[in-house]
Formats: sequence, structure tokens, C-alpha cells
Amino acid sequence: MTQETMTRVPLVETRDIRVAFGGVHAVDGVSVDLCPGEVVALVGGNGAGKTTLIKTLSGAHRADSGEIYIGGDRAQIDTPRDAKHYAIETIYQTLALAENIDAPANMFLGRELTTRFGTLDDNAMEDAARKVMGRLNPKFRNFKVPVKSLSGGQRQSVAIARAVHFNARILIMDEPTAALGPAETAQVAELIKQLKAEGIGIFLISHDIHDVFDLADRISVMLQGKLVGTVNKTDVTMDEVLAMIIVGKLPGEVTQAELDELRG
Amino acid sequence: MAVTEAPTATAGSTEEQAPRSFAGMLRATEIDTRLLGMLAALAVIWIGFQIWSGGTFLTPRNLWNLSVQTSAVAIMATGMVLVIVSRNIDLSVGSMLAVVGMAMALLQAEILPDWLGFDHPLTWVIALAAGIALGAVLGAFQGFVVAYAGVPSFIVTLGGLLVWRGVAWAMASGRTIAPMDSTFQLLGGGSRGNIGGLWSWVVGLVACAGIVGLLINGRRKRRTFGFAMRPRWAEIAIGAIGCGVVLLAVFYLNRYNLPEQVARERFTAAGKEFPAGGASIPFGLANPVLIAMGVLLVMTFIATRVRFGRYVFAIGGNPEAAELGGIKTKTTIVKAFTLMGVLVAIGAAVQVARLNAAVSGLGTLTELYVIAAAVIGGTSLAGGVGTIPGAILGALVMQSLQSGMVLVGVDAPLQDIAVGVVLVVAVAIDSIYRRRASS
Repeated sequence: MTQETMTRVPLVETRDIRVAFGGVHAVDGVSVDLCPGEVVALVGGNGAGKTTLIKTLSGAHRADSGEIYIGGDRAQIDTPRDAKHYAIETIYQTLALAENIDAPANMFLGRELTTRFGTLDDNAMEDAARKVMGRLNPKFRNFKVPVKSLSGGQRQSVAIARAVHFNARILIMDEPTAALGPAETAQVAELIKQLKAEGIGIFLISHDIHDVFDLADRISVMLQGKLVGTVNKTDVTMDEVLAMIIVGKLPGEVTQAELDELRG
Repeated sequence: MAVTEAPTATAGSTEEQAPRSFAGMLRATEIDTRLLGMLAALAVIWIGFQIWSGGTFLTPRNLWNLSVQTSAVAIMATGMVLVIVSRNIDLSVGSMLAVVGMAMALLQAEILPDWLGFDHPLTWVIALAAGIALGAVLGAFQGFVVAYAGVPSFIVTLGGLLVWRGVAWAMASGRTIAPMDSTFQLLGGGSRGNIGGLWSWVVGLVACAGIVGLLINGRRKRRTFGFAMRPRWAEIAIGAIGCGVVLLAVFYLNRYNLPEQVARERFTAAGKEFPAGGASIPFGLANPVLIAMGVLLVMTFIATRVRFGRYVFAIGGNPEAAELGGIKTKTTIVKAFTLMGVLVAIGAAVQVARLNAAVSGLGTLTELYVIAAAVIGGTSLAGGVGTIPGAILGALVMQSLQSGMVLVGVDAPLQDIAVGVVLVVAVAIDSIYRRRASS
């Protein structure tokens, strides 16, 4: 950890989180933290427990044990509603969109704008959606059609717009560029930098090591449910991070022979 | 983020351009083409039976009867839409109808008279309220088991189908309960249970005012937000056609007059001389039809304008997304089944009032007609898709087929075969249409 981040109170911090499915420890005593304006990448192979870990933060999954601190205070996150209460927004890998309803309805799902009579204010929601989209994806036009008929990139922008609109302080992005082409991926990268500059803390799950090095400040590596370690991007090489991901050894521990083997 | 853009820019451009083709004109009106398709199918059925029956199908009398016969199934089908949209099913509505109908009948024929005397003015209110409460409880109970115990709704309501039928029999040991309270009977239609010609016109005019008001209000709102609006000609056309259809329907149904005997009694009761040349007193819209229209309005409002309706659709589209969006999915499912129960109770009231009796076999196979009406009306059994007006139209299509075949004198087994075939063909056409539309 750098001197700078140590003195600040983290936006969010997990301590010793454990989640087990049956006998399998999907997340086994993981502690990570995130500061304002910081991007922390969560990396690891398939089944390393990244998604399960962030699900405990987004309220999609309850942790069996461990604690979550938001802004230094103990937080209880049992449902997605709780997470939203703490201004934690999540862009899921599956996007979590209801395909049969339109983009504004999806953006406001569970947090609909209503008129003073308590009825749905679809016009206001469409208006808000147009404003957010104007910033994220100005070419987006199809506000009145079911999300089902949108392209992969357009759906992705709906999911991102939803997270951005509600003034998230903590943003969790699970593989946000997995379904996107190069131009769209670049746009998401641009957005991440912009949000970071606004002081939002971002957990970024990604398989793309180049993306990670491009965007993250720190990198937390998981292997088989355990945290291998968290390193500053500037202190390590890509090979050293790969070694953490694959053999689970920290830069100091890994041997030259192992690094050579990884390089093939 | 998107580089590619779908060419359908219906909401994109704000200019009102004159459409160049009929398809373009249709698109400009933003009318659901599937609903139009259903209307066309209904027109084909009506004209077909009109020719086949030698001109008796489209008489005011037959259409009036058709409207009354459609009501109960139409009322329940609106609730079935929400249940099916939420990826559930309710197979118990027929049996539940029997239980609730029996309860309302017992209450007004055997229990309340002991306390209030026969034909007390409050009898019908108490019986109806108790029936609705019972329907809500039964529906909520089934919904609770579905949502919280995680038993598939198919199984829960299949159990309900058997259990409630047995309960309905046990409630009166299989006896027929009759007669109903004289005010309660008005819920079922008949020569007294209607609002007469003048009030039918009033209802028609109010409906027209409503159509115009909704169009103007919608346009005003879209203008404040600066969204694309329908072209002016399309708004006017929709308003004119809507009002025209409503007023034509009232005009036509009002041509069905009371039988001379009943008309004569009316004059005598009013202390007037019956005119020598006879008198034309229209039935006017029947009470069950008015109830169905009210249900149509309320249910459309619930399905499209409040959170609960939106959540039902979201759950049907993607239950996981709904959960992650913070929606209380289990409560929503319980509410949908509760609403179904309430509508079953209203349907039961109409049926019992019309029959002027309750029997334990009441509503047998009704669940299938209700489900068929919803499905013919465009509700997808996969969940997430369906409309309330569609279900009402679906009920009308089903009932038109049945009444038409009775009118023409088709044998009962053949009637079932025809209805079954139409159900499958309608859904097949709809699936093909949907596949085309999505590709």
C-alpha cells in the first residue's frame, strides 16, 4: 500500500470474508479495500472467487462470516437494496437486464420515478435515461423498445448507465468489456478514468491483463478462494501478476524458473 | 458504446413526416400490430358466423348475449395475464370460482336471511365483500406457497384445482344453493341487470371523453419533455376511430330491446299506459359487461402504470435481474396470486348471479378457458409478455367461437375440437409473428 492510500479511510473494506457453497470455500478469508478515486482490479482464474466476493458487497449473496466497512463504519449488506443504500452500484457480468422491458424501465428497475399520485413517471424516466445516455453513448436512440432487441454493446451501455445514474460512490464492474468490440472497450476505459477522476472508487474484475495494467491503481489477486495478495501496479510487472494468478506466489517469492516457465 | 445501430428509429426523430406507405402509417400510430391482428381475426370469425348462420350472428340480440357471456372469463383472464407474465400459472381458478361462488350463495341464501331477513339491502354488499375477501385469501395462500415454499405454481394450483373442488362440494354436500338475493342477481345481467339505453349512451360518451383526454394528456407530457410525438393526423385518427367504435357499439347494442312482456310490466310499474303500437325499451349495457370494462381499466392501470405491474413484468423477463434490482420478488408473486383470487371472486359473483344459483360443479374447466383467453390474447407462457386488452379480446374470440357454433348448431364434441384447434393455431401464428418481428 502506498503512503497516500494508507492515511485515508477506505471507501469500502472487507475483512476476512468467507462464503462456502456446500463444502467448497468459494471465498476463504478475503480482505480487500478501496479508496476514493481509486481503481482496484480483482483478478484470478475462473472459479477464483472474484464474482462471489463482489456479490457479498452488492448484496446478491450473503457472506457466511467476515465484516464489511463502509467509510470506516461497520455495514450490514444483506440485500441488493442495502448495497444501493450505501451507494454501491454493480454492473454484473450477466448485465442483469429484464429483456422484455425498455431501457429506461431497466435503468430505474426497483427505483422507479413516480408522479405525485404514486404512478410510474415513464416520461421522467425516459428523460433521465436520455440525459445519462447522452453522456455515455450519444448514439443510443432506442429508448422505447424492449432491451431484447438491442445489440450487445447497447445493452452494456444500459447496464452501465444504470450504475452511473444513481451517483454511485462505489462501483463494481464485473467484466464490463467482455461483450464489447475494441472501440466500445476503449469507451468503457475512458469512462472508468472519468469516474475515477470524479472520486468514485471502482472494483474492476477483468481477465484482460492489459486492461488491468492500463486502468488499475492496485491489483488484488485471488486463487482458489484465497487472496494471494494486493500489489501496486507500479511495483510489479505483468509477468509477476501472472505468476500470482497462476501459481499463487507473490513477486518476492516467485523464482526466475517459474517466471520463465510461464512465459513458455 | 454502440457502433452499430438498429435501423428502427421510432422514437428517434422529432419531425412529423408524412409516411410514404401503409406500413409506415401504421408504425406512426404506434399501435400494437398484434392487437390489430387479433381484431382482424375477430372480424373474420364474426363475419364467417354471420354468413354461416344466415344473418343471425351479428344481430344486436346475439352480440348483447355474447357480451354478457364473455364477461366472467374476460374478468378472470386479466388476472391470469399477470400470473402468466410472472412465469407462473393458476390452474385452480375454476375450482376456486366454485368455492367462492358457493360461499357467496350460502351466505345470502342460508346464513344472512337468519340475521337480516330475506332481500335485505345490505345482503348483496356483504355477500360480495365476503366473496372477494375469500378469493383474496385463497389466492394469497397459493401465492405464498409458490413464492416462499418454492413449490412450482403448476403443482400448487393443480393441488388447488382438486382441493377447492372438493371443498366446494363439501360446503353444501353437493346441493344446489338458490335463489340469490334480488339485488345480487343484478350483477349477472338479465332483463333487470343492465343500465338502460340512456345510461349506455352516457357510458359511451364518458369513454370517448376518456380516450380523447388520454391522447391529449399523453401528447402534452411528451411535449414538455421534448420527446418525439405521433404525427397529428395519427392522434386524430386514433381518437376518431376509438370514439367511433365505442359509440357504434353502444348504438348497436341499444337496438336490442326488452321483450314486450317485460316492457309492458315496466310501464305498469311506472303507472303509465302501454302504447298501443308497442314500445322499444333498450336493454342497454349489461352490468357484467360494465364490471368487465371497469376491470379492464383498473387492470390496465395496474399492469402499466404502477410499480407492482412493472415488477411483475420484470420478474417475468428476468427473475434474477429483478432480484438484483432490489425488487421484493416473493411479495410481488403473492400479490399477483392475490389479485387473481380477487378477480376470480368477481367472476364468481357474475356467474352465480347470472345462474341465480350455485352448484358444486360451478366453473368446471373455466381455468382452461381463462388461460386460453390470456394466451390467445398474446400472453406468452414463457413469461414477461402479455397485455390486459389482449386477454379481453382473447376471451371475446373464444366466446364468439362457442356462441357462434351453438347458434349454427354445431355438435358439442365438434365445438370442443374447433376451440382446441383455434387455440393451438392462434398461438402458432403468434410465435411465428414474434420470431419474424425479433429477427
